[in-house]
Amino acid sequence: MLSQIAYALPFLAEGFALTLWVSLLVVALSLIAGVILGVGLVYGPVPLRWAVRIFSDTIRGIPILVLIFFVYYGLPAVGVHLQSFWAAVLALTLFKTAQVVEYLRGAVASIAKGQSEAAMAIGLTFRQRLAYVIFPQAFRRFLPPWINGVTDAVKGSALVSLLGITDLMQAINQVIGRTYEAMPLYILGALLYFAVNYALSLASRRLERRFAFIRE
Amino acid sequence: MGYTLNFNLIWRHFDKLWGGLLLSLELAVISIAIGIVIGLVLAVWYVSAGRVVRGIIAAYVEFIRNVPLILLVYLVFYGLPTVVDLVYSAQTSFVATLALYSGAYLVEVFRSGLEAVPRGQIDAGKAIGLTPWQRLVHVRLPTMLRITLPALSNTFISLFKDTSVASVISVPELTYGAQWINFNTFRIVEVYLVVTAMYLVTGYALLFALRLVERWYRTAH
Repeated sequence: MLSQIAYALPFLAEGFALTLWVSLLVVALSLIAGVILGVGLVYGPVPLRWAVRIFSDTIRGIPILVLIFFVYYGLPAVGVHLQSFWAAVLALTLFKTAQVVEYLRGAVASIAKGQSEAAMAIGLTFRQRLAYVIFPQAFRRFLPPWINGVTDAVKGSALVSLLGITDLMQAINQVIGRTYEAMPLYILGALLYFAVNYALSLASRRLERRFAFIRE
Repeated sequence: MGYTLNFNLIWRHFDKLWGGLLLSLELAVISIAIGIVIGLVLAVWYVSAGRVVRGIIAAYVEFIRNVPLILLVYLVFYGLPTVVDLVYSAQTSFVATLALYSGAYLVEVFRSGLEAVPRGQIDAGKAIGLTPWQRLVHVRLPTMLRITLPALSNTFISLFKDTSVASVISVPELTYGAQWINFNTFRIVEVYLVVTAMYLVTGYALLFALRLVERWYRTAH
């Protein structure tokens, strides 16, 4: 049994690397998109605010699995052909973006209004206000939930196995298909996911404590 | 492009979606009911226990929270029967998984709720001569419930969405119904539009109803 699993280890490592790669892409892309849309939600003109609000509430209101299937099967039906890898990344990124939008909104909303007004009073432009006054303060509110949310991205990435992408989850299932050693492999997989996510949660908690001394 | 929407086939098979939605709700309700019991028992135990028990409960919570739900679903359905002599249906297997899953989240919710009960209330309970058990049932738990109700509602809504993962072991809930129609009629865009609407309407209706319950509970006591 152990020799069979040892034989499968390089294969599992490849799947693990793909899981990390998908997660990294999703986290990076959703951070960019989420911050831009989040700023649109807080400071944008009313139609833009509505659009972002509807986007965020819709995406967060449906299961991530439905979103994945919708993107994966739906896009080719309307003539958009993506590789399954990119369809999966797109779906997960849409989902994560909606969360980042909410983290950003919450973080910016926690900054007292007087800060913005004071910045306006000393003649800072909108960009300067964001860059020098709002974002530096909102950052410490944004960071802990965001890092915590990275674990969701890693966990969510396991769903791409359903699209035939050989991530860690799919690699495990394939090895089980050949060796019939279900339990040891699922436990091994669980431990690998746990190692990544637990490290992230610890980092998040640590940051939260680091920022805890600041009182509003 | 050139995709024309045609919902006829969706309506013809709508029983699959409607039945699926009802099953999703059922799975979520049963799972959270068991999860609440697990969460309550472990949270009460945790706050009064010694180091070892705390360590074990924390290990359970951290393990579940840091592993993908789909892996847990596979592990319980395909993995567990290979090592223990048990036979169970996919549906039972999924409910057990989701109950354990929600239990881990609820331990945290209830534990922080118990810790948020003001010290003065517990002292007041002592002062009027309540036993520790009476203090728990009549003072700490009702106050804790009021504090944790919003988090409890949110957990329920997210569990309702998590029931979609049951489709991977062919439990015929809403997402499974969507896939069935997807593969059998190829009205792909239509079916996912309808299913998205069904999840949204149900989810927000639940949220609205639970917020009403919270408001009622805040003022009624």
